[in-house]
Amino acid sequence: MPLLEAIDVHGGYGGMNILNGVDMTIEADEIGVIVGPNGAGKSTMLKAIFGLLTITGGEIRLRGEAITNLSPHKLVERGMGFVPQEKNIFPSLSVEENLEMGAFLKPATATRLKQQIYEFFPPLKEKRRQPAGELSGGQRQMVAMGRALMNEPSVLLLDEPTAGLSPLYMNEIFERVKTINAAGVGVLMVEQNAKQALRIADKGFVLAAGQNRFTDTGQALLDDPEVARSFLGG
Amino acid sequence: MNELIYFFNYVVVAGSVTGSIYAMGAIGVTLIYSILRFAHFAHADMMTLGAFLVLLLTLLFPHAGEPLGLPTAVVMLPIAMVLTSLAAVGIDRVFYQPLRNHGVKPIVLVIASLGVTLMLQGLIRLFSGTGAQSLYVDARKEIFRLEVPGVTRPIILTEPQIILFVVTIASVIALHLFLTRSRLGKAMRAMSDNPDLARASGINTQLIVTLTWVIAGSLATLAGTLLSLDVAFKPDLSFFLLLPIFAAAIVGGVGHPFGAVAGGFLVGFAETLAVFNWSVLLRPLRDSLPSWIELPNNLALVGTEYKIVVPFFILIAVLIWRPTGLFKGKVI
Repeated sequence: MPLLEAIDVHGGYGGMNILNGVDMTIEADEIGVIVGPNGAGKSTMLKAIFGLLTITGGEIRLRGEAITNLSPHKLVERGMGFVPQEKNIFPSLSVEENLEMGAFLKPATATRLKQQIYEFFPPLKEKRRQPAGELSGGQRQMVAMGRALMNEPSVLLLDEPTAGLSPLYMNEIFERVKTINAAGVGVLMVEQNAKQALRIADKGFVLAAGQNRFTDTGQALLDDPEVARSFLGG
Repeated sequence: MNELIYFFNYVVVAGSVTGSIYAMGAIGVTLIYSILRFAHFAHADMMTLGAFLVLLLTLLFPHAGEPLGLPTAVVMLPIAMVLTSLAAVGIDRVFYQPLRNHGVKPIVLVIASLGVTLMLQGLIRLFSGTGAQSLYVDARKEIFRLEVPGVTRPIILTEPQIILFVVTIASVIALHLFLTRSRLGKAMRAMSDNPDLARASGINTQLIVTLTWVIAGSLATLAGTLLSLDVAFKPDLSFFLLLPIFAAAIVGGVGHPFGAVAGGFLVGFAETLAVFNWSVLLRPLRDSLPSWIELPNNLALVGTEYKIVVPFFILIAVLIWRPTGLFKGKVI
């Protein structure tokens, strides 16, 4: 049974349809990467899965159970983690408090998980008492991912985790995503840095105008001359 | 020395009393703003409501405080705090929450809170009458005179003033511990920082909203009651509280509970200093002053009856020169 399944999803904001039938499937041990031009509905798809916009058609399933249009709150309870692209930290809370908020539903495990996150993102341990808003872009992204991991999600949705980061940090984040996935967390992420992201992708989804244009393994998409020409800048 | 004691009684004590009351009101205003993003104009009436409930309970059980050796009104405080909190949560459910669910602009909620102000004032007046009433029913207010050696004039403190200081310090410490140590307190700060992310983290935002009203309602009850104990209960107390508590919240930087405390004391002391008769302090120097200077009897910056212009002035000055307040708050 696939971990996360989206079948012919339609939806958008205020009656305007952005998603016009998107299909996606990822298994528990996979990294799925959504790429495509601006306005293709990549982030919208992620938000639709996380219950942040109303889906007007189609279905989304988590381990076979329908979760279409469940509230984010309910989805977090069911083990879904979401890291938005922007405003993904609590700026005036300390790094440590940011992490604790991620474990709001499981306070008993917070202390143990915090230690794991600090081992996973060593720079955060040093800065644990600092307000998260004072950190650099890359470290903020670590706080944001750490916060989502504190709930021990079975599937993690990442909206452009490397947006605005230097290439050094970008590679670092991709490495972390691979490690997270290896630890048994299914990952679905939207990326602008398409080539680099597809390299770590088990599945790639190329969206255009709210529909799947190409769906294949990451490597197959990178090797496809048509995908390369139209979507990866040659 | 007598003059210094006079200064202590009329500025230090009076300023601390006013400051404590403004601080506790302003904390509520600032918390409600940070969680619900609107200026809650009915807050001063929540203070009146709290005091009114204490008056009601005191009239019902006038001797309840005797076994404890405390004024009955103080013993009734916890009950009134619970009732006011319930009323605050109820008002939110009936008036504000439906508007929030419609996704209205903050100004609509502000206007709704003005409606709640009028409603509360009317209701309280209906039951309490329009006159002033003492919260000391069947009892006498204790006044402590502390003799200072070598001075004829004593330091004067009343029982409600001492209770007020203790309660203010305790509430501020408790609030600090709650916001920085407890899971729900941190969640409250998280929601104030980034409500969407709070929801995406699984924080029960409805619970946080309820909690905000409970804290704001309880502090409002404390402030309103202790003010009424010190002076007297009046149904239009809120009229003299609304402007200062908003000035205090804005001076302190909206969204900062401790800024609100600082703002409360700043506004409170500014008020007392402005109405203080400075001539008293100059009197001992009268003999050394050149003869052509005649010391006037009253040398206050503003008359007591115009006290309310002080917070108004502070408010305008802050909004012009430092709209984020002393501690970088949100701009309303």
